[in-house]
Amino acid sequence: MRATIAAIAVCAATATPAMADLTMVSLTYRTGPYAAGGIPFSDGYADYFTMLNERDGGIGGVPIELLECEFGYATDRGVACYEETVTQGALVYQPLSTGVTVELIRRVQEDEVVLHTMGYGLTAASDGATYPYVFNFPAHYWDGAVAQIAYLKELYGGSLEGKRIMHMHHNSGYGREPIPTLEALAEIEGFELIMMPVDHPGEDQSAIWPVVAEESPDHILLWGWGVMNRVALEGAVEVGYPVDQMMGIWWSAAESDLKPLGDAVEGYRSVTFHAVGDNFAIFNDLNNLVYQRDLARGRMNNIGEALYNRGVAAAIYAAEAIRIAQEIHGVGDVTPPMVRDGYEQLTLDDAAFEALGMEGFTPPMQITCEDHGGGGMVAVAEWNSQQRRWVQITDYYPPDDALIEPQIREASAAFALANEITATGCPSN
Amino acid sequence: MPIWLLNTLEVSINGLMTGVLYSLVALGFVLIFKSSGVFNYAQGVMALFAAQSLVGIQTGQVPFAHLINAITGLHVSRFGFDVPSILAIILTTLVMVVFAWVVVRVIMVRLVNQEPIILFMATIGLAYFMEGFGDLMWGAELKSLDVGLPSGGSFWIEDVTAQWAREGETYWGMYVDTLDIWATVIAVFLVAGLTIFAQYTKAGTAMRAVADDHQAALSVGISLNRIWIMVWSIAGFVALVAGIMWGAKSGVQFSLSLIALKALPVLMLGGFTSIPGAIVGGLIIGMGEKLFEFAIGAPFLGGATENWFAYVLALLFLVFRPQGLFGDKIIERV
Repeated sequence: MRATIAAIAVCAATATPAMADLTMVSLTYRTGPYAAGGIPFSDGYADYFTMLNERDGGIGGVPIELLECEFGYATDRGVACYEETVTQGALVYQPLSTGVTVELIRRVQEDEVVLHTMGYGLTAASDGATYPYVFNFPAHYWDGAVAQIAYLKELYGGSLEGKRIMHMHHNSGYGREPIPTLEALAEIEGFELIMMPVDHPGEDQSAIWPVVAEESPDHILLWGWGVMNRVALEGAVEVGYPVDQMMGIWWSAAESDLKPLGDAVEGYRSVTFHAVGDNFAIFNDLNNLVYQRDLARGRMNNIGEALYNRGVAAAIYAAEAIRIAQEIHGVGDVTPPMVRDGYEQLTLDDAAFEALGMEGFTPPMQITCEDHGGGGMVAVAEWNSQQRRWVQITDYYPPDDALIEPQIREASAAFALANEITATGCPSN
Repeated sequence: MPIWLLNTLEVSINGLMTGVLYSLVALGFVLIFKSSGVFNYAQGVMALFAAQSLVGIQTGQVPFAHLINAITGLHVSRFGFDVPSILAIILTTLVMVVFAWVVVRVIMVRLVNQEPIILFMATIGLAYFMEGFGDLMWGAELKSLDVGLPSGGSFWIEDVTAQWAREGETYWGMYVDTLDIWATVIAVFLVAGLTIFAQYTKAGTAMRAVADDHQAALSVGISLNRIWIMVWSIAGFVALVAGIMWGAKSGVQFSLSLIALKALPVLMLGGFTSIPGAIVGGLIIGMGEKLFEFAIGAPFLGGATENWFAYVLALLFLVFRPQGLFGDKIIERV
């Protein structure tokens, strides 16, 4: 559908890039096995930049040109998209794919372009001293795993000793990413961790759920993507496993996966690094300036849904970083390395979020040279099938730095060594 | 019975049901391969396209709405009425017939007498074209499909099997999805219908004649074009049935086209030219992969074995019987 229109748009746009504009690239997957997740995210991302162009004439008065490149969630095509667009002055990449992220980490270092992987990608890349061009705030996978276990510990009266927790995950880099943290937590908290990988795309899990029923874990952590999420929840219902004993990561929390299942998924929970809903002031601007003017990529009823909001948030972070970069360097037409400086100076407190029309969207956070992972604050939300929406049920859990920091240092060094990346370090204060 | 045995039985039954669905996709491959020697790589995408078309028609979606809107500045998306499921299935079948006609007239006819590998490459191109065309026509979003088939666990089976457990053991009974039972029944009727059609009708006889020898069929006045359009239409209808079953289970989305990858080991095992082979192959692959995952993969190998085990099973058969279980033995005289 829109993939073709997008492809035409990309061809037209990439053929004649307006050099005075701020060139942004959206690596999209509006087609392929994960299109249901890729479309709302890309729509939110595009709509926010359109709104800025309409409302403010861009960022700092410089118009934004958004190039879309469709890669269908295929890593090789994602890398090809990057290589096609990076020479055109692209300022930021947000591929929404852990596979593409891992492939790009070394390339962005060499090309000096920012790679922002919001809630996905390589957790170790939050080590800003080693990966100056990679950012994964406001939370990464290990923060998500920590929050899941912290919540379960509360749920089970303060101890997970002897509990059996299953990690049901997409059998890919994404699904395997939290395993070191979960293993460490299993040792500390005394629970048994059971692995249950599900092969891509996970549309048939009929052999898996009898195993789950036999294992009968106390709780299941669901780390799926695309069709795997819906089929897993259906599988739970089919074998009579209570869905309120399942807890997803934020990529297992798309409304499109849950709504078709009706009341059966009442009480399913998920961790989230941002608030949910459509009552943010920014959506008024999006409605008036983008939707009412027929400039929207998204559908009106996607506004407020987790993945659309996440796309908007990703664009907000990029726009703010560019605005800060313009202030630091005193120019409107910033270069990719300048934008990196903007990202590293990003400080968003409650007042800043309110000014952006996203009051309370995430807890305050600050990026530093050493820490590109941001606050790492993660809350728990519960699905209300009557209202067909998420309801946040806890405050934000802080990250477990004592556990995660050593793991990040170790994993960061190992990845850097394997990929011949030299740590640049941070200026000492 | 001990619980482990009941669970094994449940996995086997569900594996057989899944196998039936694999067979449905494999059937589409076999029909086209038998009649034209073309390995139709696009069969999986045809299932996706058929399911997309069905949902689109059912929900009164305007085809190419985004393209129309982008070009004209209009805001069309729906006609404002729903189409009853039966009528939508009939209309979708017509869409697949038109698709078959276009494929034969635009691709097949122009590639007559070309090497099989060229025809195969053409179907790869067709698959990618169909992927984009389907998205352009109906949208790539996840869609729910409901044609009124019952779904959810069968309470009767649950109640009956719950009593099979040994006394004192807690067992809730076997879960067998009623949708899978319906899929099996429909697949049985479909295969029976296809067999009767091929054996006892004039068109079926012509189809078999073309499958046996193109030139001989031509020499007795059989129109190759007409037979090919008919076969591609039947394959399109089989794709629609497969699309309905898979789409009703997990929604209509791109992954539906990937079930074609599951049909490949079925064909390797059952033979590329045999309808019974597609059925038996599907059942063996479906049950084999599920049982292996349940009994060995998940407990001992870390899980996620289904995708590769299906191919291992097929390769094992190939080693001992290269033409598959029911495939024709190819003997070339030199």
